[in-house]
Amino acid sequence: MKIAALPLIGGLAIAGALAMAVSAASAFEPERTECIAPANPGGGWDFTCRQVGKSLQDLGLIKSTMQVVNLSGGGGGVAFAEVVNKRNDANDLIIAASSATATRLAQNAYPGNTMDQVRWLAAVGADYGVIAVAKDSEINTLPELLEKIKDDPSSVSIGGGSAVGGWDHLKVLIAAQKAGISDVRSVKYIAFAGGGEAVTQLLAGSLQAFTGDLSEAKGFVDSGDIKVLAVLAPERLEGEFADMPTAKEQGIDAIGANWRGFYAPGGMSGEAYEFWVDAIGTLYASDEWKAVMETNGLAPLDLQGAEFEAFVRDSVDNITALSKEIGILQ
Amino acid sequence: MDTLSSLADGFSVALTFQNIGLALLGCFLGTIMGALPGLGPSNGVAILIPLAFTLGLGPTPALILLTSVYYGAMYGGRISSILLNIPGDEPAMMTCLDGYPMAQQGRAGEALALSGIASFVGAFFATWGLVLLAPQLVKVALLFGPAEYFALFTLAFATLGGISASNQAKSAFAAALGLGLAMIGVDTQTGVPRFTFGEVHLYDGIDFLVAIVGLFALSEVFIFLEHRGSAEEEAAKPKVVIGKIAPSWGLIRYCTPTMLRTTVLGFIAGVLPGAGASLGSFISYSLEKKLVDKKGTFGTGDPRGVAAPEAGNNAAAGGALVPMLALGVPGSGTTAVLLAVLLALNITPGPLLFTQNPDVVWGLIAALFIGNFMLLAMNIPMVGLFVRVLMVPPRILMPIVAMISFVGIYGISGSSFDLMVMVGFGIMGWALRKLDVPLVPVILGTLLGNEMEVNLRRAVTINDGDYSILVGSPLTLILWAIAIVGFVLPIFVGGIVRARMRKAAAKDETATAATEGANPD
Repeated sequence: MKIAALPLIGGLAIAGALAMAVSAASAFEPERTECIAPANPGGGWDFTCRQVGKSLQDLGLIKSTMQVVNLSGGGGGVAFAEVVNKRNDANDLIIAASSATATRLAQNAYPGNTMDQVRWLAAVGADYGVIAVAKDSEINTLPELLEKIKDDPSSVSIGGGSAVGGWDHLKVLIAAQKAGISDVRSVKYIAFAGGGEAVTQLLAGSLQAFTGDLSEAKGFVDSGDIKVLAVLAPERLEGEFADMPTAKEQGIDAIGANWRGFYAPGGMSGEAYEFWVDAIGTLYASDEWKAVMETNGLAPLDLQGAEFEAFVRDSVDNITALSKEIGILQ
Repeated sequence: MDTLSSLADGFSVALTFQNIGLALLGCFLGTIMGALPGLGPSNGVAILIPLAFTLGLGPTPALILLTSVYYGAMYGGRISSILLNIPGDEPAMMTCLDGYPMAQQGRAGEALALSGIASFVGAFFATWGLVLLAPQLVKVALLFGPAEYFALFTLAFATLGGISASNQAKSAFAAALGLGLAMIGVDTQTGVPRFTFGEVHLYDGIDFLVAIVGLFALSEVFIFLEHRGSAEEEAAKPKVVIGKIAPSWGLIRYCTPTMLRTTVLGFIAGVLPGAGASLGSFISYSLEKKLVDKKGTFGTGDPRGVAAPEAGNNAAAGGALVPMLALGVPGSGTTAVLLAVLLALNITPGPLLFTQNPDVVWGLIAALFIGNFMLLAMNIPMVGLFVRVLMVPPRILMPIVAMISFVGIYGISGSSFDLMVMVGFGIMGWALRKLDVPLVPVILGTLLGNEMEVNLRRAVTINDGDYSILVGSPLTLILWAIAIVGFVLPIFVGGIVRARMRKAAAKDETATAATEGANPD
């Protein structure tokens, strides 16, 4: 990847110079666009970068192929620090982010970094949380599951793809809290390396329930191997997911969306920021993106610019409060 | 019969001019990437994803290209292991143990050709396993809960003593060091960072590739620097002999039972998500050593010690596709990347993949067969070319090794921090070599230790802190029994084996033991 990265850095310097020359005359037009996926190839952030990069080019919003750079480490912290410290005034750069980014910012897991050091561009969709059980489980609704946890927390092991304190864990705790479980710390959560591994253990009988994103569960819902107790969306989703009950309609007002979006360097010029907000907004409204969202189980989340920034701030605040409650944050 | 007709359909999808060209390209690039230290199969596949997308390939051709790279890299990893004692990727590590000694004895050509054939056997039968057994094998994966995984990884550790015969205490020390290194990073079961010293780069733990390249490749460079220019060192070095290229039929036949046994083992290890090719090649080697190494020739250039891990890791590569396709759960780093490619191509792997996208699945499987034959055809004649690497004098070779290491590691995550970690590992490797501590257990400790720990803690948490779950199923009991036998047996029979070893060593040179070993002793 070094081979790809070297000319890129050189190219960026030239592109930066060119961009400045151009923007003096007219509105901002990026030259060599770059998207940092703060993880190894194959994860959600990588997908966000590649899919958005491809669609932006297909729609003619950017002229050339967007270069995707995988800068993994520290659950996104390495990329965040890199952007803040070294790329702070890059105009051609966007960075993939998600609820996991907000969660880590809230829990001070990017040492010394806060959400105000970068600018938040826009969301491109949300993957709503689901809580599911195996198809032959005796539990059929979310209140039943939560009641069981309330009676005997040790009787239910819930598995998910994030670490303890991560988003998959927090989603269950939000639901547990709304159901009146006072000591959410008693909820037994088992961390796995990914949602798929957790679902496999649900099917193997090691776990009693699964918490994850809808996209992770989709294949197993289609095959009838698992039963979705609740989707943590404000209202029922459309299309093939319309059958899934929300937590809200079962009397548990829990909403958990794993949003996907982008941030940009804090020192990005005003024109460049406008350009990217517009470009991603146009992409979001396009039919092509709707098709991408549908095949990937992404639900709508139409937020750009200042609105998106406020949304991220809100989720960081909420997660901070919840993390304090469960003792992850002092 | 149904399966076979689907497979025939798959061949009709795969056998187009474009697809064969892509498979050829993928196999070639994969072999090279596998051979370069630092660039393993997962990076190789990841690097080529943009190529697949830019070419505007459809799902089947894109997958054919990328899986050819995957299989190619699994083949290629052995090349640098054998020639330079530097594993090209994690699973190829075990091939160093006997491959490099063979090369030093002037049998590099044979080792390369034999390992190529072993790779072919492993991959070929694993692909058949994938065709015939995929739906049933999913059930095997479902038998493994956290407790079973813990027992499996303990089993792997219990047989660790087998891999370096010289000094058990030093191997145990090396493994403990590896286990310690595995602790670095955020602990997933509590969310607490351990041994990171507030350094965000360490939150995800130590990248195995960084550790491997540092320990093996850079320490080699350091050793070279240390002895730079000293004449007696040059003179002391045995003259490099290329030897014959093609292994005799006798040798292939002699290794065939080994290849077949380790293919089965490797395939099963591959099928289990979270075990993967590294465990496949490791278990293949250590169990095969326990089973057939009566004279103690493993580790000194026994051809079976080359055939075992290569058949094992290529079979595991095929096996790892089972949970990826049928469950959507990657069994290894590379399949995780392939999984992402499938998702990006709007294909959802999972229980319904075989019914919903049969053309993709069967086209892919057909491509695996084609790629495998291509790799065999490509690798055997190229052996003559590869061994010329040995003719390159160290003063030219070592700077190249250093350069490739740095470029390769920087390429993984684009982080200069990783380069410093790599140099740190290089120094550690240099020190460990001086102390005559084997390096392989360090990596195994890091690689397997992590999984062993999380599965222990998952199992115990699920069972409310009650450790009895660890022996709570028939499968765990079987695994524990094998682990105990594997650990205890060598202690009791060790004396007898050592006596025999001495006898064997006195009787003949270990290098020529191969052909004689065909007769039962």
